[in-house]
Amino acid sequence: MIEMQDVWKTYADGTHALKGISVRIDRNDFVYIVGPSGAGKSTFMKLIYREEVPTKGQISVNGFNVGRLKQRKIPYVRRNIGVVFQDFRLLPNMTAYENIAFAMEAIEAPRKLIKRRVNEVLELVGLKSKANSLPAQLSGGEQQRISIARAIVNNPSVIVADEPTGNLDPETSWGIMNLLEEINFRGTTIIMATHNKDIVNTIRKRVIAIESGSIVRDQIRGDYGYDL
Amino acid sequence: MTFRTIIRHFREGFKNVLRNGWMSFASVSSIVISLFILGVFLLLSLNINALAGQVESQVQIQVYLEPNTTVEQRDQLNTQIGNMPEVSKVQVVTKEEGMKLFRENLGDDGKELLSGYTEDTNPLPDTLVVDVVEPTTIPDVAKKIEALKQTTTDKVISKVKYGEGTVEKMFKVTNTIRNGGLIVVAGLAITSMFLISNTIKVTIFARRREISIMKLVGATNHFIRWPFFIEGAVIGLLGSGVTIGLLFAGYDRLVKLTQVELGLMLIKLVPLPEIYLSVGGVILGLGVMIGVWGSTVSIRKFLKV
Repeated sequence: MIEMQDVWKTYADGTHALKGISVRIDRNDFVYIVGPSGAGKSTFMKLIYREEVPTKGQISVNGFNVGRLKQRKIPYVRRNIGVVFQDFRLLPNMTAYENIAFAMEAIEAPRKLIKRRVNEVLELVGLKSKANSLPAQLSGGEQQRISIARAIVNNPSVIVADEPTGNLDPETSWGIMNLLEEINFRGTTIIMATHNKDIVNTIRKRVIAIESGSIVRDQIRGDYGYDL
Repeated sequence: MTFRTIIRHFREGFKNVLRNGWMSFASVSSIVISLFILGVFLLLSLNINALAGQVESQVQIQVYLEPNTTVEQRDQLNTQIGNMPEVSKVQVVTKEEGMKLFRENLGDDGKELLSGYTEDTNPLPDTLVVDVVEPTTIPDVAKKIEALKQTTTDKVISKVKYGEGTVEKMFKVTNTIRNGGLIVVAGLAITSMFLISNTIKVTIFARRREISIMKLVGATNHFIRWPFFIEGAVIGLLGSGVTIGLLFAGYDRLVKLTQVELGLMLIKLVPLPEIYLSVGGVILGLGVMIGVWGSTVSIRKFLKV
């Protein structure tokens, strides 16, 4: 469960990215974060996985006060949050398998478990045959599947996805959405920032709209709401 | 940290050297170039030191005895001087031997000059030639011997000479050469450390994204740092290994090629077997230290994500 109370974020250059956000996202929710570019969506996501700290206010993720986390505790909180990016962020020198296994090696999981679990998630994302390919040898959709596999391999309670379909063609995007729905169905909370109107209007979920750093709309089964 | 994780760090460290082939090559090359230059100066200064030592060790103290000194008095003085801890050798040169040496030194031209002196009219005194263990103590030892002159009742010593003034000047010169060499080598060592760590910094900068990804999947700083640490050590080892190979092969060849020419000038290069352990140790140690230091320091700032 994620809870924000009156969260403000002001960057060093004086930009007010978030201005007093309060929100509660329950376990097993599927939430779209929508809004114009520069409205504060990315900052909102970054605060959850503690890439940024709030200037004011409190954020709790699974009971951890992530705003006041000690440096050395950050890794342990992140292990319970899977992160997916628009640009995939795979390690270019590692194969698909190694990229996924890395997330498990980092938490010092036993070798046998790593082997079993990585094969399991490769199967789930449908890329078992590409296990030994390098990211450069994979298509955009395939790379995003691998990055999702990496995000879920440690069974996190939350997936934070910042425009996961932003670099993909429509057809591939639907495939990724099916995968995220499947993961959500298995009990993982999904928070996804997106600009994709079709997806939001077709796969109806909770929609939180952020404009100029404030939440302007929060609907249970919302729509995209913007023309663009 | 479990044993399995340690193994993993070593495996990753070695793998990373290969994965980042060109970057590793750049780092190794810059280590080889810097350490090679450093090594050349190190060998140069070692040889200059050896040469300076050689020159210094040729300095001796001459103790001239009074003409009427008996053999017993001479032997007693000999033991007295020989017992000083700084003295390594005392050699008696009788006036007959002295004359012979004098004639030899002057050569054919001098023969005539000295022909007037017979055994009875030999003006030279008996002499004790004193060698010391540490050349720089010569002035002090000379003073100590001079002091004996006052304590003995019978006048035995007439004069103590060691090239006063000249010897001190020479020591000043050899010391300057030694310190100069040390400064040049130390300066080069520091410069090469910066040069190399800079190269490593650049290679790691290219991988800051990699580090940020590792952090995002929940890897601890330790977990990220270890493979880099090993990678740095491997690169340092490779670099210094190649340097040592090149340097020693080249030096050995130089020693052999110049043996005759320099030998004619009474100069002898320090042979490789006498210095390979110390020079090799210094280069190997520096290489590994630089590799590890460069990579650990460089990733520190990327770890704060």
